[in-house]
Amino acid sequence: MTELLKHAWRTLRELSGDDAYERYLAHQRAHNADGTPPLSRAAFFRVEQQRKWNGVKRCC
Amino acid sequence: MASQSEGLPRPIAFAIWTAVVVLGAGALGAIAFHRGESVNAMWFIVAAVCVYALGYRFYSAFLAAKALALDPTRATPAERFTDGRDFVPTNRWIVFGHHFAAIAGPGPLIGPTLAAQFGYLPGTLWIVFGAVLGGCVQDFVALFCSIRRDGRSLGQMARDELGALGGAVALVGVLAIMIILIAVLGLVVVNAMRHSPWATSTVAATIPIAILVGLFMRYLRPGRVLEGTAIGVALLLLAVFGGSWVDAHPAIRAWFDFDGPALALLVIFYGFAAAVLPVWLLLAPRDYLSTFMKVGTIVALAIAIVLLNPAVKMPAVTQFVDGTGPIFGGKVFPFVFITIACGAISGFHSLIASGTTPKLLANERDARFIGYGAMAVESFVAIMAMVAACVLDPGVYFAINSPPGVVGAQATDAVTTISNTYHFPVTAAQMQELAREMGETTLFGRTGGAPSLAVGMASIFSRAFGDTLLAVWYHFAIMFEALFILTTVDAGTRVARFMLQDMLGNALPAMGRTSWYPSVLICSALVVTGWGYFLYFGVIDPLGGINSLWPLFGIANQMLAAIALCVATTILVKSRKARFAWTTAGPLAWLVVVTSSAAWEKLFSADLRVGFLSHADDLATQLASGALGGAAAEQARRLIFNDRLDAALTLFFLITVWVLVFETARVSYASLAGKRCPPVTETPHVPSRLVEEWVRD
Repeated sequence: MTELLKHAWRTLRELSGDDAYERYLAHQRAHNADGTPPLSRAAFFRVEQQRKWNGVKRCC
Repeated sequence: MASQSEGLPRPIAFAIWTAVVVLGAGALGAIAFHRGESVNAMWFIVAAVCVYALGYRFYSAFLAAKALALDPTRATPAERFTDGRDFVPTNRWIVFGHHFAAIAGPGPLIGPTLAAQFGYLPGTLWIVFGAVLGGCVQDFVALFCSIRRDGRSLGQMARDELGALGGAVALVGVLAIMIILIAVLGLVVVNAMRHSPWATSTVAATIPIAILVGLFMRYLRPGRVLEGTAIGVALLLLAVFGGSWVDAHPAIRAWFDFDGPALALLVIFYGFAAAVLPVWLLLAPRDYLSTFMKVGTIVALAIAIVLLNPAVKMPAVTQFVDGTGPIFGGKVFPFVFITIACGAISGFHSLIASGTTPKLLANERDARFIGYGAMAVESFVAIMAMVAACVLDPGVYFAINSPPGVVGAQATDAVTTISNTYHFPVTAAQMQELAREMGETTLFGRTGGAPSLAVGMASIFSRAFGDTLLAVWYHFAIMFEALFILTTVDAGTRVARFMLQDMLGNALPAMGRTSWYPSVLICSALVVTGWGYFLYFGVIDPLGGINSLWPLFGIANQMLAAIALCVATTILVKSRKARFAWTTAGPLAWLVVVTSSAAWEKLFSADLRVGFLSHADDLATQLASGALGGAAAEQARRLIFNDRLDAALTLFFLITVWVLVFETARVSYASLAGKRCPPVTETPHVPSRLVEEWVRD
């Protein structure tokens, strides 16, 4: 039951983008070879939002 | 469902699918051949779900295996270009959620509500079968083509596969559809708020609430989407209750009591402000709220309909199939197929399916579930909207949705026309009582579909959830529709602005810099003027702007779908799969027939409520004879100009479709005959390593 709730919570966070920063950090750790420091949470969120709304994102 | 049945022993799977076929056929028969007082809404749900299940299990499997030949071992763009931002291999359920949230807008709620004037049957059949054979296929194929082309957009694919002409036509078409779409959605919101302080104050409150959430997520708790959304949703619910308080105070009430033209100007001003403000302040936070509200409300509506099994009171087919319907003019063919675009087949989806989604798919195999599956769910939303419209007494439905210019401006005239001429009984007292229950002064002539959907939803919700707060549910439904219509207005204006900046940038490089403020202001103003013009004249149109704007929107949206299907058909032919080209050429042929005949009628029909040109000529004759004087003459001159403008747009859409069909035929023929044509641009096969490595599924 606790497992199920945890899973639901993780899914909800992933669906809403709540965990985007954690996923970004994980990606940085796994793929960042040149060692540039990752963005801060606030800076990452800023860049992400600007990028996200640069195209057709919502339909009729 | 497919994976489960594949795991089952063959005889059991066979038995289950046979049962689905029998059940689906029975339910379809029940709604198709039922004549009499009322039919249970459960049959709609059962019929729709069975058809979607069969379509998904068998037709989409055929498409995946044969026509498209999905290859699970092929690396997707998300894997090859993974950057942790744009290109991210993502769990298929998460991608499904994102994709569905992006494609599901107000369209599938409004179109079926309007098309219910033909009775429930034409619309329901088109929604269900149009989706399974057309809309789902389009979304699936567009997604597939984009995945095989590094996640390229529809416009780019049209240019690559069909040549420069196809690309240019697609680009201008998208811009035109955006302008019409925003205007008609703005009109829907205006009609819901007209002289309704409760609705206006609640919708107005969504703006500061979104800004508050935006500030919270930027400065107080950066990136905490769920916390921000929770606060915002709580405030939105408070705003719905707050509206009733506003409505009860005579002095405060007056601040939010506007007529149509004033509301139109407010929406236009708002659209401009929202488009030039930074995204984090208004658009992004409101999008979180509207997505949450949208999904939550749709799920609640599905539960309520299943729990309640409301009776559908609308006849299967009304006399208005002959084209005399009050809500919009035109016969059932072709207008039911134009009125219901989203929910059956929506060209706009191909922009999403060739936008963000292809950059997220971890495995090509998932394209079936996401492309075909998400559209089936959207189609189901349209079925629920149809049910919500048809549970109303038909007399009430027509009283809410008919424009005053058609049935009469006074309540007594309107009920007389609807009861005596149309034979759908309704009384002024009944409408007065309903308006009182919903917390409104009047519900007559609230065209656009949103208010009647809200009345339907309120009556379903208040009965299903053991609550009698009809007025609160009604305004909740209005707020929920307005919230994501305003998101579409804002996001659409922004996208149209980017496209305009891109086009102008070819001539004046400075205009192409998307963050250069003068360019931002000028291009936003141009876009807002474009849709604001159609919105304003839609509001003052005596026949109700929905009558002219909604078909224009439907034609434009189907035209976009035709573009996507043209590109897909060309790709199938060029990839030596011509024997499967009927899967996309079939729906394409149908759309060409539908859009061409609808466009032809909108241009040349002698019926004044259908043909733009005959309406303009009629007004011109009246003007020349001197029958109109003063303000009426001035208005007639404007209406004549608008009719001709609408006719020009319709002609443009018609030509666009035929140019692309011709290009598709030309390139396909060249490819089959071995002549010179643009080469197929599929990215070479790169083996996926995620098949072993990626174990999140």
